[in-house]
Formats: sequence, C-alpha cells, structure tokens
Amino acid sequence: MNPSLRRFLTDPKAVIGLTILIVTLAAALLAPVLFPRDPWQMVSRPFLPPFQDARYWLGTDMLGRDILAGIAYGAQMSLIVGVASTAAALILGILVGAFAGYNGGWIDDALMRGTEFFQTIPTFVFALLMVAILAPSITSIIIAICVVSWPPVARLVRSEFATLRSREFVKAARVLGESNSRIIFTQILPNTLSPVIAMSSLMVASAILTEAAISFLGLGDPNRMSWGYMIGASRTVIRQAWWMSFFPGLVILLVVLALNLVGETLNDALNPRLSRKGRQ
Amino acid sequence: MTSISRRAILKGSAAGVLAGLLPSISLAQDAAAKSMSIIAFPEPPTLFIGLDQNGSTQTVAGKIYESLLTWDFDFTPLPGLATAWEMSEDGLVYTFHLAQNAKWHDGTPFTADDVVFTCSDFLMEVHPRARAIFAHCDKIEAVDAHTVRFTLKQPFGPFLMGFEMSTAPMIPAHLYKGTDFRTNPNNNTPVGTGPFKLAEWARGQYIRLEKNPDYHGEGEPHLDELTFLILPDAGARAIALEQGDVQQGQFFDIELFDVGRLAELPHLELISKGYEYYAPVARIEFNTRVAPFDDKRFRQAVCYALDKQLFTDAIFFGMGEPATGPISKRTRFYDSNVTLYDQDTAKAEALLDEMGLAAGDDGVRTTVKFMRLPWGETWARFAEMVQQQLAVVGIRVEIEPSDPASWTQRYANWDFQMTSNYPYQFGDPALGVSRFFISSNIRQGVAYSNCTGYSNPEVDALFDAGAVAVRDEDRQAAYTKVQQILTEDVPMCWLVEVNFPTLLDRRYKDVVVSAIGVNETYRRAALAA
Repeated sequence: MNPSLRRFLTDPKAVIGLTILIVTLAAALLAPVLFPRDPWQMVSRPFLPPFQDARYWLGTDMLGRDILAGIAYGAQMSLIVGVASTAAALILGILVGAFAGYNGGWIDDALMRGTEFFQTIPTFVFALLMVAILAPSITSIIIAICVVSWPPVARLVRSEFATLRSREFVKAARVLGESNSRIIFTQILPNTLSPVIAMSSLMVASAILTEAAISFLGLGDPNRMSWGYMIGASRTVIRQAWWMSFFPGLVILLVVLALNLVGETLNDALNPRLSRKGRQ
Repeated sequence: MTSISRRAILKGSAAGVLAGLLPSISLAQDAAAKSMSIIAFPEPPTLFIGLDQNGSTQTVAGKIYESLLTWDFDFTPLPGLATAWEMSEDGLVYTFHLAQNAKWHDGTPFTADDVVFTCSDFLMEVHPRARAIFAHCDKIEAVDAHTVRFTLKQPFGPFLMGFEMSTAPMIPAHLYKGTDFRTNPNNNTPVGTGPFKLAEWARGQYIRLEKNPDYHGEGEPHLDELTFLILPDAGARAIALEQGDVQQGQFFDIELFDVGRLAELPHLELISKGYEYYAPVARIEFNTRVAPFDDKRFRQAVCYALDKQLFTDAIFFGMGEPATGPISKRTRFYDSNVTLYDQDTAKAEALLDEMGLAAGDDGVRTTVKFMRLPWGETWARFAEMVQQQLAVVGIRVEIEPSDPASWTQRYANWDFQMTSNYPYQFGDPALGVSRFFISSNIRQGVAYSNCTGYSNPEVDALFDAGAVAVRDEDRQAAYTKVQQILTEDVPMCWLVEVNFPTLLDRRYKDVVVSAIGVNETYRRAALAA
C-alpha cells in the first residue's frame, strides 16, 4: 500500500472524518430510496416533536415536513454545492496560478493583481451579492462560491510553480524540447498537488458553510431542500420548536468537522516531514 | 468570588444590551400625566397624511388629522369632523354639517372652505384613491361656514366611505391654498384638527404627540401624551411589549409566531377587531393569459387542491379564517352562497384528467411557476405550502424568488404565472375589490390593477351596477351575483381572511373603537382608573 495512504487510513481522526463523510454521501445517494416522498411534502402534523413518532423520529417542521428526510435531501444539496464549487474553484485557481507562476514577469503581475482584487472583497458579502444578482438557484450558488474561493488556490499554486520552475527536472524537460503546456501539466503540476488536495477538503467545508449561510438568509434555491434553509426557516419558531433548527445545525457541524479532520490528516499524510516538523 | 463578579458583569452587560435595543428616551412621566407608548414600524417618512398613506404614517397621523366621518365595526358611519349628514333620495346630493367649534392646531377655525379646498383641489391633485371617489362629484360647495354640499354626477354607493381619515384627510386651506402641495413647508409641521398634535420628532427614535387642548370633542382626548417608538427590529418590538415599554403593537409589528406567546402574558390583550376597513384576503392570483391558467378547470383544480384551514393554522398561526371568495366576510356585501372549494384532491384530479393533463411516470402532470411574494417568512412558507399541496395532485410548482422591486415590476407587467398577495379592501367592493376584476382596469405596468387579465362583461356590468345603486339591497344583489360568478371562474384562489392582531395593554380602554382601529384618532382612548 502507498505509504501516504496507509498513514492516512491509520489515523483515527481520518477514520472518524471519513466515516461521517461516507454516511453523509450514502444519505445523499439513498435519499430518494429511503424517503420516496418529496421532502417538501407534509407527512404528519406540524410541530411534531422528535422521538415521539417512530416514522418521523426527528419530528416535523412548521409545515409538517419530515426533518430527517429534509436532512437527507439537504445532504445532496450540500455535497453538490460543496464538491462542484470546489472543483470549479480548483480548476480556475490552478490555471491562473500555474500560468502566473510558470511565466513570471508581467503575466504573473497582471494575474496576481487580478487575484488580489478578488481577495480584497469580503468573500461572504460578495457571494451573497452574486446570488442576489444572478437570481437564487443551485447554479448561481455554485458560481458565487467558486468565484470567491479560487484566489487562495491561485496563490498557492503560483508560489509552488514559482519555486519549481527553476528546478533541474523542469530545465531538463525544457532541454528535451517539451512544450510549455506539457511541462506545466505533466511535470510541475503533479508536484504541486499535495497541498492543493489538502486545501480542497477545507474548501469543500467552507463551501458547505457558505451555502448554508446563503440559504439561511433566504437566498437559497427555493426548490431544493438544504440544511441552511431548514435552520433559517425554523429560526423564527426556535422558542417553540428547538428541534427544527438543532438537527440540521448538528449535521452541518459534523460534516464540516469531518472535512476538517480529513483535510488535516491528508495534509499530514501527504507532507509527513512538514507536519512532523510543525508539531515539534 | 470570581463567579460572583463575573455574574455581576454579565448582568450589567446584559442590561446594557437590552437598554440599547430601546431608543434612549427620557420618559418624563409625572404621576398625573396619562400617556401611552405605541410601536411605530417602520418609521413614517412624513406625518403629512395628504401625501403619504403608508401603514405607519396612518397610525401616527391618524391622531393629528381627521376626516368628516369614521366607521363603526359594521360600517355604520360615525361622526368625525361632521356632526350630522344627509343624503338626498336619489343619492345625488350629500350634505354635511360640520362641528362648530373645530379648530386647526394653529388656532384658525375649521370651516366648510377647508372641506371644499380639500375635496375639490388638494385630493384631486395628489391622492389617486381619493381622486377616483371625488371624480364622481359634479359640484362641491360651501352652503355656509359649517355646511358643505356635494352634488354627484350619478349615484355612487360607497361615496360616504370616502370620508375616512386616510382617504380624505382634511387639509388646512389657509396654509395650502395656492401653494405647491408637495413642497409646502408646512408638510414638515403637520397642522390638523385631531385630538393630538406633534410635540417632538426625534428621527430614528420616537415621535411624541401631545394633547390638543382645543379639541372639538367635549372633554376629549383623555390621554395627555402619545409616544410612538421607532423599533426596526422585530425582536426588540416583542421585548418592548413584553416588558411594558410600549403598550400597543399592531398590524404585522409582532411576527405572527410571537403573537400567541405575547397574548398569553397577563398584562396584554389580543384584539382582532379594528381591521374591518382593511380586511385583506390572502390569495393566489393566476395569470389567466398563460396556459394552463387560461383554462378555468385548471384554476378550479388548484382551488380544490389547497387546504385553506391548514393555510390559516400553519402559515398565519390561526390569525384569520378560511376565505370563501373575493369579498371578506368582515366587510360589506359578503355572501357565503357561492361555489365553495373545500379541499378535495379527487375533484382536483378529475378536473385535471378532464383537461387531458395525465400524470407521467414521475406522477407529474405539469409544471407551473409560483412567484414568491418577497415580504418575509410568512410568504415564503405560503409559497412552500402551495408547492407541497399542489404536488399531491400532480402539479409541480417551481418557486421563483423575487425582491420587492422585481416582484412589483413583474406583477404589474403580467410576467408571472401565479403569485400571492393580500391587498386591503377599503370597506366596500367598489373601492377595494372591483379594481382587480373589471376589464377597464386591465392596465399593463400598474400593480394592483387587474393583473390576472380576467375579463367578463357580465362581471363588469355587475360591478358597475353595484357602485351606482343607491339602495343597499340593490348593491347586495349585484355583489352576490358577482361573488357567485367569480367563485365559479376563480381568476384567483382566495385562501385566508387575514386577521391582523393588535396587542394592547389591558389598562387602556376604548382604544380600538372603529373599523380603522389603530389608525383612529384615539379621542376616546383612556387609561382605566
């Protein structure tokens, strides 16, 4: 077995994190099987407290919708948004960072000033504004989160490229006549991926939190159940019905925690020397 | 020791936070002064009721300005600035006898000239809703200093309803005649005839009104001072009521989910009377120009699919009752003898089958769009409830989010399939209901006109007949027929007659005494001994 992978899988933090993530993924995939009814459908009387009816054991919300079904369908939304926006941000960030770092000079300057421009805008406010302008939908949320989260990736990749481009193996490739794009994608990029992979898990976590916050404020996709929406909608009745906001909140906490654990252990596993040095 | 001091600090900071929620106002309450504090939300842009009739403007300015009449809960006219009035047999001539001792707040006597100026000059220029009423007048003349005569071109049933405070507030002719009404400097220093006059307005904090000692009502008002606190935060409003910092909250000041909790407090009373003049019916409007809403059977199916009682209980927290038609049963000319749409999913599905809308493999017959009303949580839940109940009969609803500007824009320009709304009825079908159904009011670009595009010559004729009939029986006959036709054609689905809640401190009496409730003058309001 690959030593990095073994280090990763033997770390209890990673095991806990992965378990939670696998359960979440399973809930998202199996939601239509476990809860064949639309999560927006009324299933029982409104304001049913949890642990009273075995069929709806997390209770129902103010319109009689099953909280558990909502959480399962919400997992779909959170995972789709988290993964899609992170993937898009990674692609954008890597492209910008790679070209800036590899070329240096004025191209680097221009691209980095552009990146800094995005970094100066408060990310959440910017994302909220974009969703409001683009009209709330899952696509606009993904775009908004992507747009606010690519700059750190670009900066990270750029700094890696800037150091790697003068190494011997790159010079060798250049002497062998490889094209610039080939050098970028097959020589340098694979060597920069470890920190990017570790970072991406944290980006998914922050994307899920951002999506939850957007939905909490009522700008989510109105046709898709999401955890942030569930908390936002039931915040008004929190005095009468704690469970409506508590369970989705707990789930967000667990998933974000799991992603952080996984991200941290990935970082340790992929950069063993770096991490050990950091700990001592 | 540490824990004690920490607790003390926490307590101190908590008190500071709570105090910060309320505007810092020195309530110079000497024991004898009878005062009352009321929530004002949002802050009125102006107190000159002639130019602005927003909700909170009416609540505050209603104490400063008066009209000739006011209205009992059952719409019997009551004296305001007019002490007596009569209508000629043919319904063409109305004569008002004005209070002899009424004075403007600057000391000038209130006379018939003020009435003539207000109704024939001022309102005609600046007040569209009043213009629609006073346009029926042929002549408005002062018979003597305290008698005014209105001569109509043709009878207009709800004419007297026009003399309500927000529709025809009396404006002082000596300050406004011959000036530019919109820029007149007196707009900032309201001069009315009401029982209270403006004492102090600390913008963003409070508006203080004091007793008008020269008020024409004998021995009135009973209160010395009214303070309107500007409380923009819903949580702060609830706390202020709960702790007794204010004695009254009205309309949707208090979020509906909080009303029940506050109403159970021993010092507060929940009053649902006093909104008869507004009596909104929460409804879904269909754009009858677009398929499938152009088919009456589809609209009926939607009506049958929705559970009105559940809307009342789950969305409005019981603040209302299921509606049966376009006219609220709390206003005039309501008739219950109409096509009723109690929830019946079998009927709804039969109608959809008849239209040939068969369910696909996923159980969906068709997909429609619902433009969500952008006025807060209640309307978001409302849209979701529509979505979940229509899904049961195979109609998939996509909710379209909107902000206030885009909602108004799209609604006015017919760019929607279905949306919700709850406009005021103004006490009479001719004033608040017909505007949504008569074909002459299909005006693109104008919100709150006939935006559904419903057009039926028979309905047009009946609304006309109802407006010009002199006798109430004739008006009732026309409106009964209208309600029967409309509930058959359902250009809208009427769901809930919304009851606004007034939460009032139990020590006050005679506060809510008319169909305009909290917007009334409060001339009779008193602190119980």
